[in-house]
Amino acid sequence: MSNAVSALQGEAHTGFATITEQGLRGMITLRGDLSAAPMKKAVKALTGSGVPQMRGCVLSDSHGVAWMSPDELLILCPYTHAEAAVAELSKALAGQHFLAANMSDARAVFAITGSAARQVVAKLAPVDMAQSAFSEGEIRRTRLAQAPAAFWLRDAEMIEVMCFRSQAEYVFELLKRAAQPGSETGLF
Amino acid sequence: MSTRLGTGGRLIDRATSVGFEFNGRKLKGFKGDTLASALLGADQMLVGRSFKYHRPRGIVAAGPEEPNALMNLGKDGHFEPNARATTTEVFDGLTATSQNHWPSLEMDVGVVNNYAARFMPAGFYYKTFIHPRAAWKHLFEPFIRKAAGLGKAPKGRDANTYEHLYVFADVLIVGGGVAGLQAALTAGRSGKKVLLLEQTAHWGGRVPVDGAMIDGMDADAWINATVQALENMENVTLRTRCMGAGVYDHGYALGYERLGDHLAPTTLPRHRLWRIRAKQIITATGALERPLSFAGNDIPGVMLAASLRDYVVNYGVSAGDRTVVVTNNDDAYRTALALKKAGLEVPVILDARPQGGGALMEDCRAIGIRVETGKGISSVKGGKRVESVSICAQAGEGAVLEEITCDAVAMSGGWSPVVHLWSHCGGKLIWDAAQAHFRPDHDRPPLGADGAGFVSVVGAANGQMSTGGCLNDAHQQAQAVIKTVGGKASREVAAKAGAEPMAPMAAVWKMPQGAGYKLRSKTWLDYQNDVKVSDVQLAAQEGFESVEHTKRYTTLGMATDQGKLSNINGLAILADSLNDEIPKVGTTTFRPPYHPISMGSIAGEASRELFQPVDKTPLHGWGEENGAEWEPVGHWRRAYCYKRPGESTEDAVNREVKAVRESLGLLDASTLGKIIVKGPDAGRFLDMMYTNMMSNLKPGKCRYGLMCSENGFLSDDGVVARLDDDTWLCHTTTGGASRIHAHMEEWLQTEWWDWKVYTANVTEQYAQIAVVGPNARKVLEKLGGMDVSKEALGFMEWAEGQIGGFDARVFRISFSGELSYEIAVPASQGRAFWDALWEAGQELNVTAYGTECLHILRAEKGFIMIGDETDGTVIPQDLGLHWALSKKKDDYLGKRAQQRDHMMDPKRWKLVGLESVDGSVIPDGAYAVTEGTNENGQRETQGRVTSTYYSANLERGIAMGLVLNGPDRMGEVISFPKLDGSDVKAKIVDPVFYDREGEKQNV
Repeated sequence: MSNAVSALQGEAHTGFATITEQGLRGMITLRGDLSAAPMKKAVKALTGSGVPQMRGCVLSDSHGVAWMSPDELLILCPYTHAEAAVAELSKALAGQHFLAANMSDARAVFAITGSAARQVVAKLAPVDMAQSAFSEGEIRRTRLAQAPAAFWLRDAEMIEVMCFRSQAEYVFELLKRAAQPGSETGLF
Repeated sequence: MSTRLGTGGRLIDRATSVGFEFNGRKLKGFKGDTLASALLGADQMLVGRSFKYHRPRGIVAAGPEEPNALMNLGKDGHFEPNARATTTEVFDGLTATSQNHWPSLEMDVGVVNNYAARFMPAGFYYKTFIHPRAAWKHLFEPFIRKAAGLGKAPKGRDANTYEHLYVFADVLIVGGGVAGLQAALTAGRSGKKVLLLEQTAHWGGRVPVDGAMIDGMDADAWINATVQALENMENVTLRTRCMGAGVYDHGYALGYERLGDHLAPTTLPRHRLWRIRAKQIITATGALERPLSFAGNDIPGVMLAASLRDYVVNYGVSAGDRTVVVTNNDDAYRTALALKKAGLEVPVILDARPQGGGALMEDCRAIGIRVETGKGISSVKGGKRVESVSICAQAGEGAVLEEITCDAVAMSGGWSPVVHLWSHCGGKLIWDAAQAHFRPDHDRPPLGADGAGFVSVVGAANGQMSTGGCLNDAHQQAQAVIKTVGGKASREVAAKAGAEPMAPMAAVWKMPQGAGYKLRSKTWLDYQNDVKVSDVQLAAQEGFESVEHTKRYTTLGMATDQGKLSNINGLAILADSLNDEIPKVGTTTFRPPYHPISMGSIAGEASRELFQPVDKTPLHGWGEENGAEWEPVGHWRRAYCYKRPGESTEDAVNREVKAVRESLGLLDASTLGKIIVKGPDAGRFLDMMYTNMMSNLKPGKCRYGLMCSENGFLSDDGVVARLDDDTWLCHTTTGGASRIHAHMEEWLQTEWWDWKVYTANVTEQYAQIAVVGPNARKVLEKLGGMDVSKEALGFMEWAEGQIGGFDARVFRISFSGELSYEIAVPASQGRAFWDALWEAGQELNVTAYGTECLHILRAEKGFIMIGDETDGTVIPQDLGLHWALSKKKDDYLGKRAQQRDHMMDPKRWKLVGLESVDGSVIPDGAYAVTEGTNENGQRETQGRVTSTYYSANLERGIAMGLVLNGPDRMGEVISFPKLDGSDVKAKIVDPVFYDREGEKQNV
């Protein structure tokens, strides 16, 4: 495990918002019947949270659970816990029809911080970034320019973006460019 | 001459002068000038040459409708052709050159076309250059293209950057004139989210020039107060220099913000394309003045009346000392009043209406301006400048009553509402005979997904011709729109404007009414494309009765201005020629964008390093450090080979090919698709997806499988491993990962939705390294951890464990024919694992190999490659893969299709190996010829090469190909013509060139 490195190893850039690669994050793709009691129980036991509503996510300091589709959740946890978490889910859901896969290494995570963080995303994702339309407790599974991506608010001035690990450089360059000082949009 | 006046100019800052360059001349303007106003202020009336006849052309308008003043702007990477001087703000250091002339603007030899004009009517090119056919492509077209054309194409890459912005609003309002401002105020008061866009740098539109009083204030004061009020509303976003460019389905609209056009180039984005979703759209886009059709109406100095007034009032620029005003409506009288107020002469106002105008005419007469009613212009005299006009009776045929010396003509043929945005998405128009214009038909709006209209048009764009009418209309419609988006309309009322009594306008399509051919053939409709009244009449005579056909035959309205000035006048002439009514003839189609937008803004960020995402494996960095020559595979970059210092690509590939067979090779196989398929029905599902059986695969085992489309064609292949009772891991090709995942999900979601199967694309979770060659086992044993012996891990088996301390899943599969392990480790540890293998392999001459080596190794073994041996027309049977087509299964995707006649046809070309007789490499894609020719006179063919390489191991060229009856013709020699005219002869052989028994991979 000591050999594990994230795609950009914590690279950061400061524009009118700050872009920071967040290192490794535990991520589990969990597919199944989201309304079933064993599923709810298993998610609760692992993350401490219930199954979120459509486009919702629940975050704690160490864990999180996000709605990805009508039969898919994204579980967030510390990177080093991911394998054990998959095992725990598999045990709790034994006998159910489900799929749990550790995807921690397939992803890169960036934080966009600053009061203008929303503007950076609004240049790249076809998502209404107004406070009234997108707030804490929500996730958007969408794209940044040509790269698949999802993002959520960690707090009022911090958006976390996840993308594929292979596209980390592209996404970092996109975010840097969008945050170029002088190109503020005056929105939000 | 045109000149800068001593006073006036509400939009310029006389304290700040700005230096710019036009055709190499240094000129000065003021901050706030457009390039057009600055040129006029510097007496540069001549700004270009016309498209076809190279006639001298001057500035006609003051806005985006300008047809003539098109410029090449900027230099090098900032060069842009066909920019309108009227919408370009000057800045210090701006450079502009005029277009479409040689050798110079003042002296253009192309003007000979002008004297030959009577021999070049509409359709001239079509009629003249049709025979002989071949001459068009090789002689006529290149010549005409050289002679014609507007701006120059940029030579280098655009040095600017661009970006997109996604914006959402309840109500989008396009146009920041008084109607747009009023609509925004009304909508904004409801608290709903409002976005107001204005294409120019200024709010208020043309009302301040026309001089209305609103709510007891002068127009400028009202506009300022309103903008202030809107800025104070948190729910309202205002943006100038941002044009509403197009309206599309589902409330989608484009805004085109010009962030940097008014500044010297910077590294900041030049344009920003706003990609807007609005629940409702209000367009307040105003109206455009129409020219009048009289002879010589294209001579520099003839301008639209309101535009000429704009130059005086907004920029303190006069087009001439003596301006004749010619009109069919009251508005043009305002120009005469403005000119007089600026101290300039108006020798006469020619009003085509027998009864003349209303109050404004009286105002003009009161200050001593001569007004002639029922009169028009017979012709304008002058070459590069207006010198005089001949007056005639509008009702007559143009007999000259009087000659009046002047240096400018202000013409007004009435106003056409800007209905473009309303029409982009299907809004229909009605003909308003009183105003002689088309305006929106509110009963037939563009419809949204709910079947209700989603665009409203207010103000002059809706045919409201008075300030008060515009304000009222905007307020009322905005109230209705607010209710549509679920808001509550406020009780406030519309701003009030003073009454503006106007006499009715009169439709005047030709001046004079009975103009003869000579006058008509000097009467321009479309300035930019040089289309005259006589051309449209000729088109009608020749049977081009549809307005769309006439447009294309004459090119009326097909230039970069898209007929903003010419369309209505043109179709009125067409209607007249056809003896039909204007509404019956109809308009041509309005298509977005309203005004040209930059290609860069459409591309947004997608250029240079951001042109497309480049997917990089965890081992990409090692490749960068070790001479990788990259090739794109899907969005991935894969190493084609790893070049050592001094090596050619070929040398590197040959070295790699030998090293793998002799000792040990490492391949980055991370890009191969990896899809987990899990559930009680997963086996059944995979039996449908693959042509062979996957349900009976035992956990711990691997099997190679083929996937076909439902049409039977080979689509993908790869090794499937069964992970546990209800979980399989399917490997796909590099390019197939997302496609095959989507293919699986589509069948699961649309056809077999009741099957209990989940899939997950885990491609990127793992770095996968192929450890290949006779010493593969040795290096793994050196790293240690798990038993990789033949007994513990046989061929086509997989196991999990630790290798050198790394968590690994090891597949004993081989695409090279050698002893081979494909090892998957978590992507984050991929580089460390590769480094460990690299270090351990040093004593075994470990060699990193790329995709070309991979291809050669597999070709030596006769393994097919999706995309080489397949091209979307090839079925497994063509490739001798019958063994992978299960006969036990009732069905699989493609099975039925493969039983159709064409698929069972014994004449389908079949896979064989090809050995060149002389040992050379047969050219890729070469066809084998046979006797006879086809109906096109081409040699008949009997096969083609699908893969061809130089094999360093066999020291000769090897190839695979599809050949007619190939497997039955072993040993036969067939011939492949090469591009240089010679042939290469090849013997048909078994496709497996190396280790036919497969002993090497099974050790």
